[in-house]
Amino acid sequence: MQHISINNNQSIALSEIPELIYSEFMKGNLELLSGKPERHCVNYFGYKTSGSIKLICCIADDVVHQIFVSSAIVDAVSILPSFTAQNHNFEKFEREIHENFGIPYSDHPWLKPLRYAHDRFDKSQVIGKYPFYKVESEELHEVGVGPIHAGIIEPGHFRFICNGEQIMHLEIQFGYQHRGIENLFLQKKKLLERTTLAENIAGDTAVGHSTAFVNLWESLCGYTPDPSLDFARTVALELERMANHTGDLSGVCADIAYQLGNSVYGRLRTPIINFLQEWGGNRLGKGLIRAGKINFPFTQTLADRLTEVFKAYEPDFNEITEKLFKLPSALSRMEKTGVVTYDEVLEIGTVGMAARMSGLNRDIRASHPSNLYGSILHKPVIKHHGDVYSRVQIRKEEIRQSIGYLKQLIANIPEFKKSEEFTATPLSDRFVISLVEGWRGEICHCAITDHSGNLVIYKIKDPSYHNWMALAQAVRNNDISDFPICNKSFSLSYSGQDL
Amino acid sequence: MFDNFKIMWHQGKQFIPNVTTAKVPGIFRGRPIITRAKIDEAILVGLCPVKAISSNPVCIDLGKCTFCGECAIQFPDKISFTTDYKLSSNERDRLIIKEGDEAPIIVNPDTIRKEIHRLFGGSLKLRQVSAGGDNSCEWELNSSNNVQFDVSRFGVDFVASPRHADGIVITGPITENMAESVERCYNAVPNPKVIILVGTDAISGGIFADSPALNRDFLSKHTVDLYVPGNPAHPLTFINGVLSLLQKTKI
Repeated sequence: MQHISINNNQSIALSEIPELIYSEFMKGNLELLSGKPERHCVNYFGYKTSGSIKLICCIADDVVHQIFVSSAIVDAVSILPSFTAQNHNFEKFEREIHENFGIPYSDHPWLKPLRYAHDRFDKSQVIGKYPFYKVESEELHEVGVGPIHAGIIEPGHFRFICNGEQIMHLEIQFGYQHRGIENLFLQKKKLLERTTLAENIAGDTAVGHSTAFVNLWESLCGYTPDPSLDFARTVALELERMANHTGDLSGVCADIAYQLGNSVYGRLRTPIINFLQEWGGNRLGKGLIRAGKINFPFTQTLADRLTEVFKAYEPDFNEITEKLFKLPSALSRMEKTGVVTYDEVLEIGTVGMAARMSGLNRDIRASHPSNLYGSILHKPVIKHHGDVYSRVQIRKEEIRQSIGYLKQLIANIPEFKKSEEFTATPLSDRFVISLVEGWRGEICHCAITDHSGNLVIYKIKDPSYHNWMALAQAVRNNDISDFPICNKSFSLSYSGQDL
Repeated sequence: MFDNFKIMWHQGKQFIPNVTTAKVPGIFRGRPIITRAKIDEAILVGLCPVKAISSNPVCIDLGKCTFCGECAIQFPDKISFTTDYKLSSNERDRLIIKEGDEAPIIVNPDTIRKEIHRLFGGSLKLRQVSAGGDNSCEWELNSSNNVQFDVSRFGVDFVASPRHADGIVITGPITENMAESVERCYNAVPNPKVIILVGTDAISGGIFADSPALNRDFLSKHTVDLYVPGNPAHPLTFINGVLSLLQKTKI
């Protein structure tokens, strides 16, 4: 198998990526993954180049900490065999390639629209006419939910097939949130415009996505960031993780009608996001992460404030957590609810918490560390039951882990230089891949430039991309009344999926 | 049982006693002030990622602003952001801050529809619709109802069905794929009803304003009752805006 082996955030010349004929490309990538749980496809996409379509496949190996990149040129007319028929990791990727370019696959088992992208190949596919899976039976009924849901959340359509109260099948349809972000990355030429776009991919992961973007951008421009910038990004990522995990614990408590937990975790999220505001002026960390500079240096005063925040947070967090994890009525709702097995998550190719809940060790902080994670020596929190309880436990333990990392980080604040405008420009004919472990899991951004350094393609993969399928699997054979808690325990992004 | 009481006791009083006078911590970017200092206006205008700044005189349109703060960093003598979170208005023009303006942004009582105070002054039920929102404004609207901000103490609640609602709150730039659902949701709310736009994306499209994947026809067909700027809008911006719209005198 021909491929080039690179590191996270390493920029290479586009010509260094081996170009294979499709059959070899497919065979090689499938062989790379076969029987290797430590490997998974982090991105597989196509883009138009002089009349044909170039496919680029990136397989990450967590043991050797490398990413294997290969490519193939195809036309949009010839019928191709699909990767998906042999490995379900590729199901979403190939649906997207089919949606964007019309490539017909001979044996893809689920070739349905993915997000009804504005520039999709087949404009006759419209969002109101999604071809849902149907079962003809007088015993079964369907329940449709969405796109507008009961709470204050993003839109998506859930179609359940139920036998009485029991869910037999769930299919989730996306596209409502599609804003055309990937194209806007090419349209908008200014760095600040692109950074703002990255912050708005998924507003709950503003730090995660903007960090992935600036890491990529700096590498694309051949710029080495100052250690103080890596420090700020690492601190911000862990704060974002803590805030979201705390908020999700509140949401889980709400969905099992444990009002006290809902209120206490809900209010404990506030000091963390307020600290982000004290640091950078925005509760969700927008405006904080910038390529080559930072407008808000992290000071000793901020470190002292964060220490105070933890001092108040920890006893209250520990008290409610001890209560929640001993409460029989809460445990009975969480244990053995919404189970996804190791084999299933491996087959789906989940990332982040949705992998670690079932014993699949996937955490970019440990496997492909960027920023200061290499020096933290992160040890991923792994659970084995794949149920709501495992997902809740991961949050509990990761919050404590983040507090530990943050305390360690702020004990040694690097010197922040005076902020200067970032003037470096992207190198020509380059390819870069950037992986960051956001709070949900692995975020992957890829970029390619042409011979004058302009972006040819900007590809974004949110952790939710694969993880939604794990939710659909999790609810099978559960009561439909347990859907909310299953959904909250995954807490996935619609905007990150739809882009 | 006693554990629960103990936990409740340890929380102390979390609610913000007066949401109209509360101070926000740190360096919140609220209502900007633009001085008459002479600067190169072309550079300032070109700096903004969302074309919110115009020149001669220098103005910032808070309906377009993403509050990234870059203009204040680059031109500290010209632009500064105060911590004033009362940014909402019922008139779109009031979101445009001109050079020398230091007056607060208000909801103009003379132009609020008369029935709003009479019918909804004591209770306003809202149906939220995210139409391409990135889940940041959605998070902040959820926070508006946590134990700290507690907007429901004023009779303002979010409800599950548009049939139970007195109006809709839109977040996000309204994508083409959500356009029909927004319209259908609005139609399902009984008359009379209000429309509130929360966040820069909803008010102007924000960074997505020139994306072809949007369809903002809904906004040209209907009258908006309240604009709540922010990226995301702060819970206090939302709460104060709604209270002013309802002309609540007793807070």
